[in-house]
Amino acid sequence: MSDPAVDPEEVRHVADLARVDLADDEIERFTGQFVDILDAFEALDDVPETDRDAELSNVMRPDEVRESLSQEEALQNASDTEAGQFKGPKVS
Amino acid sequence: MTEYNGYVTDETIEGAEDGPLAGRTVAVKDNISTEGVRTTCGSAMLDDYVPPYDATVVERLKDAGATIPGKTNMDEFGMGTTTETSAFGPVENPVAEGRVPGGSSGGSAAVVAAGDADLALGSDTGGSIRCPAAFCGVVGIKPTYGLVSRYGLVAYANSLEQIGPIAPSVEAAAELLDVIAGPDEHDATTQEAPEADGSYAGAADGDVDGLSIGVPTELLDGADEDVVETFWDAMADLEAQGASYHEVHLPSVEHAVEAYYVIAMSEASSNLARFDGVRYGQSGGYEGNWNESFADAREEGFGEEVKRRVLLGTYALSAGYHDKYYKKAQDARAWVKQDFDEALENADVLASPTMPVPPMKRGESLDDPLTMYLADANTTPVNLANLPAISVPAGETDDGLPVGLQLVGPAFGEREIIRAGSALA
Repeated sequence: MSDPAVDPEEVRHVADLARVDLADDEIERFTGQFVDILDAFEALDDVPETDRDAELSNVMRPDEVRESLSQEEALQNASDTEAGQFKGPKVS
Repeated sequence: MTEYNGYVTDETIEGAEDGPLAGRTVAVKDNISTEGVRTTCGSAMLDDYVPPYDATVVERLKDAGATIPGKTNMDEFGMGTTTETSAFGPVENPVAEGRVPGGSSGGSAAVVAAGDADLALGSDTGGSIRCPAAFCGVVGIKPTYGLVSRYGLVAYANSLEQIGPIAPSVEAAAELLDVIAGPDEHDATTQEAPEADGSYAGAADGDVDGLSIGVPTELLDGADEDVVETFWDAMADLEAQGASYHEVHLPSVEHAVEAYYVIAMSEASSNLARFDGVRYGQSGGYEGNWNESFADAREEGFGEEVKRRVLLGTYALSAGYHDKYYKKAQDARAWVKQDFDEALENADVLASPTMPVPPMKRGESLDDPLTMYLADANTTPVNLANLPAISVPAGETDDGLPVGLQLVGPAFGEREIIRAGSALA
């Protein structure tokens, strides 16, 4: 893997993946900062491969109906609802 | 409200009449859900978010008779080391004028330091309880991962973070830990602490006779001279009380801060994807399709540090970079864990300065995120290893700035670090 060449296009692409519509001046500022920060992350190249802790176990509970939020409570923080459902913008 | 901006919301929540915390106030960090009382996470995104339920720790506070005087100011979503990134304005350090209170639980530490709350809850993802405790001259405990329920804590990096107490003394912090610790059916990562004999508060007996302390030299290298001097003075104090210390080496910690940021940012990019302005969060009512509307709302609702971390996390997880950053960071995490386990085989606790620097001047670190990230070098390894740690006041620099001493214990060794810490505060 070559060194990360962070340019404004790449920051714009990542912002697009992360669904954050950055302003032009933010793109410019982030590009410079990302060069420094990712450069610092390069130190991880020196980390030896290490065995991970294998003492993990799944925690299961019985699949039973339990008390939960009411529909009204679940919807109370939505800016737009209709007929007991969240209302959002068009998907595409 | 306070003149140092410690509270985001000062709405009082009354607890039960009786209980171990009856008559005492416990301020709660604003990323911990309180039923019917807004919980902003220091973000414009959640400006008017009102949770329909209590976090488990809040339920336990109420059952224990505590009064919650308000929700404390914090770095947005817990992302910061100075409590300057809140959408509700920065918090000032009530005990060091012109300086930051540390972050991200800066409001919680500030209200305790100023005496505006008896106790407080913070959350610690990479040092967010210990750093402000150190900078404000109070006590903070980051519990072992799984000791305290995270149900109702708005997630930032859930494999690393724990809720914990902030208090004026070790004993008071331990009393609060007694109330909030223990398994919770709503959080499957919680577990019963083994050998749960006696209360945490009972362990605050100040008895360090025969205690063996390991000092990781790597965590002193590069620290501010004044801080190191204050640290050694506190160690001499412990030695005078019967403890002994020896140097230990943790080569892995040299890479911990980078590993921490890669993992935390990656988890943040995933956890914060829920803020889309549809189920909750600011919607802005934008035109366009889902993705455009979503991206507009997030641009407006998130502050700069949050956007920076979400983007870097997205980058670290993206195709082509996953092995380079995320996988390597997980290797570093396993290495850090091994190193700590080995060091703690020959020592009861490990000691270091909590922060390598005294409280920064306000505004100093905002322009340079990397420098701010590197200030977390001594606290982040503990989160990577899922271990408990306490920060206790070690004294002051020549300029009168508070310095914290960090004690790290083995998993579920809260009593050990509480006992050791109580010899100092």
